[in-house]
Amino acid sequence: MRIVVLTKPVPDPAAGQERLTAEGRVDRAGSPAVVNGNDEYALEAALKLVEASPDGGEVTLLAMAPSNAPETLRKALAMGAHRGVLVTDPALEGSDTLSTARVLAAALREMEYDLVLAGADTSDGGGGVVAAGIAAILGLPYLSYAARIEPAEGRVRVRRLSATGFDVIEAPMPALVVATQGARSKEITTRALSDLDVDGATPGGAAATAKVTGSRKPEQRGATKVVRVPAPEAAKAVVDFLAQRRII
Amino acid sequence: MAGALWVVGEATSEGLARVSTEVATLARGLGEASKRDVVGVVAAADPSTAAEELARYIPRVLAIAAPEAADRSAAPAIAGRLAALVEREAPGHLLIGATPDGRDLTGFLSALLGWGVLVNAGSVEWTDGRPAVEQSVFGGKLLTTSTFTDDHGIITVRPNSTTAEPASSPGKVEPVDVAPSVELPAVTLVEHVDESSGTVPIEEARVIVAGGRGVGGPDGFSVVEELAAALGGSVGATRAAVDAGWIPFAQQIGQTGKIVKPDLYLALGISGAIQHKVGMQTAGTIVAVNRDPDAPIGEFADLFVVGDLFEIAPAIAAELRSRSG
Ligand SMILES: Cc1cc2nc3c(=O)[nH]c(=O)nc-3n(C[C@H](O)[C@H](O)[C@H](O)COP(=O)(O)OP(=O)(O)OC[C@H]3O[C@@H](n4cnc5c(N)ncnc54)[C@H](O)[C@@H]3O)c2cc1C
Ligand SMILES: Cc1cc2nc3c(=O)[nH]c(=O)nc-3n(C[C@H](O)[C@H](O)[C@H](O)COP(=O)(O)OP(=O)(O)OC[C@H]3O[C@@H](n4cnc5c(N)ncnc54)[C@H](O)[C@@H]3O)c2cc1C
Repeated sequence: MRIVVLTKPVPDPAAGQERLTAEGRVDRAGSPAVVNGNDEYALEAALKLVEASPDGGEVTLLAMAPSNAPETLRKALAMGAHRGVLVTDPALEGSDTLSTARVLAAALREMEYDLVLAGADTSDGGGGVVAAGIAAILGLPYLSYAARIEPAEGRVRVRRLSATGFDVIEAPMPALVVATQGARSKEITTRALSDLDVDGATPGGAAATAKVTGSRKPEQRGATKVVRVPAPEAAKAVVDFLAQRRII
Repeated sequence: MAGALWVVGEATSEGLARVSTEVATLARGLGEASKRDVVGVVAAADPSTAAEELARYIPRVLAIAAPEAADRSAAPAIAGRLAALVEREAPGHLLIGATPDGRDLTGFLSALLGWGVLVNAGSVEWTDGRPAVEQSVFGGKLLTTSTFTDDHGIITVRPNSTTAEPASSPGKVEPVDVAPSVELPAVTLVEHVDESSGTVPIEEARVIVAGGRGVGGPDGFSVVEELAAALGGSVGATRAAVDAGWIPFAQQIGQTGKIVKPDLYLALGISGAIQHKVGMQTAGTIVAVNRDPDAPIGEFADLFVVGDLFEIAPAIAAELRSRSG
């Protein structure tokens, strides 16, 4: 079982220092980077699948990110991934979701795999659209929001979480699977843009299909009222508060 | 119809996804501001119910029958026909609800059409001949406004960011026939399982009482349920509680779960992690019960009760019952 996991380095949400530059891009110099949380879940799922596979296998990380990304990807390698491929090029800075999908698809064309695993969305861009774009470009069967991934006899079956429960869906491999929660249960090669078969005019900020035109801070909620009294009085205080706000 | 604004409606087993009525309401406002036509489009094995429902919100709805979607995963099954219709009719922009199915479809359409995407719009205005999309980023710390660099684009709209209002007079449904521009690989639907609890879905609930890891186990949720019943609300949860198997995923609120906007959000034993906060921070009133006075939820709750939820939640339920007589 050969699995490629799409892993995006993102500013650490826990550090809480995310900022945009004047051009409306993430100020990557200003915040420590980590592997996107959902991609770590996908990686965990990949490692389990390889472990459970009778003929073993290999997990490769694929990222499109700035040249300092190896530092961030090392942690994912330490989790047990076998190798990493980093697509990096100054021309990729400011890429939008569409060019990201095109570049990652071009990189995947040069790799061999039974499954590609992606995260449900990222903690920075948060579009949740890149993986479907890749599947459309490569003509791969696409199985998303997979809480359980079961490969068998050349096919992969997943439990896709839905708004009201789940669907069991199935397709032949190779396929692209977007892992989500419940899926739980070392070397980096650098590729420049020119190493890949992708239209050079496509990626990067210069060709972006959208641009940020402004930003503002959201309105703050009012001050927090703190109650720290024994339960019966606390309950009265809560109910009074709700009555005062006309909720009850 | 060049330059029209299209609302791509999401068909569900019940009819039309609620988010599509919100997107349609938003698009109607944009249509007035931009003087562009607003058109709905629904593609499904049987699109009729969803299309009729969407037509309560917009004047014209195109219904594409995609028989292959009956026993397949929806987004890959309908994307080829939708892309072909977009190429034929040449609308300006597509607006799609940012649900799992909506995001999948957006990724496909963006790649098939070569159109850019602005994701998770909280509001959209029409400025200088283009849509200006406001997005809440970095867990709600910043609101950015973005626009497309050309005359096309797909906008995904965050659930619960617009209040749906039907149009003053209902529109018309037109069945249309269109062959897929490409056939994406089929993904077979083997089984559909419904786990919904029978109460009001949390995306629609006016009152939500949510439980986190602090409720301690599946039995602890009876405390949450009791208070929800006393308030006439629905039960929500954090990922920690869902991952532990105490409650189904359908009740999860947050980045990977649902985005909710109730009048009252009452949190029991929830720390208030950023990934949870993004799903509930626009609630009208936030009340939190937590025994840790330094829990992050105390920073954005309106009322923060420091104490043991197993004492306080039943006391609130009792107080409510005694006041209602
Ligand atoms: C605050 C903010 C807002 C943005 N808004 C937009 C917008 O509205 N429109 C737009 O076009 N771009 C936007 N971007 C840019 C966008 O983040 C990048 O294009 C990004 O490379 C991919 O989009 P995403 O983060 O939304 O990925 P998603 O679609 O959320 O990613 C889904 C999955 O795809 C894989 N993946 C995605 N990117 C990579 C990568 N670079 N390397 C490896 N795997 C990857 C991961 O497995 C990930 O979990 C925004 C960026 C920021 C920081
Ligand atoms: C990529 C990614 C996506 C995620 N998506 C989501 C998501 O969609 N939704 C989500 O919720 N989380 C999500 N998370 C997880 C999130 O980061 C937190 O881990 C989670 O929200 C914590 O849940 P909790 O508040 O229930 O648990 P904890 O953080 O463990 O908090 C429990 C709280 O209960 C309190 N407590 C304990 N006992 C009592 C008692 N007897 N009385 C009163 N208080 C008590 C404690 O003081 C503590 O504050 C995501 C994480 C990642 C990395």
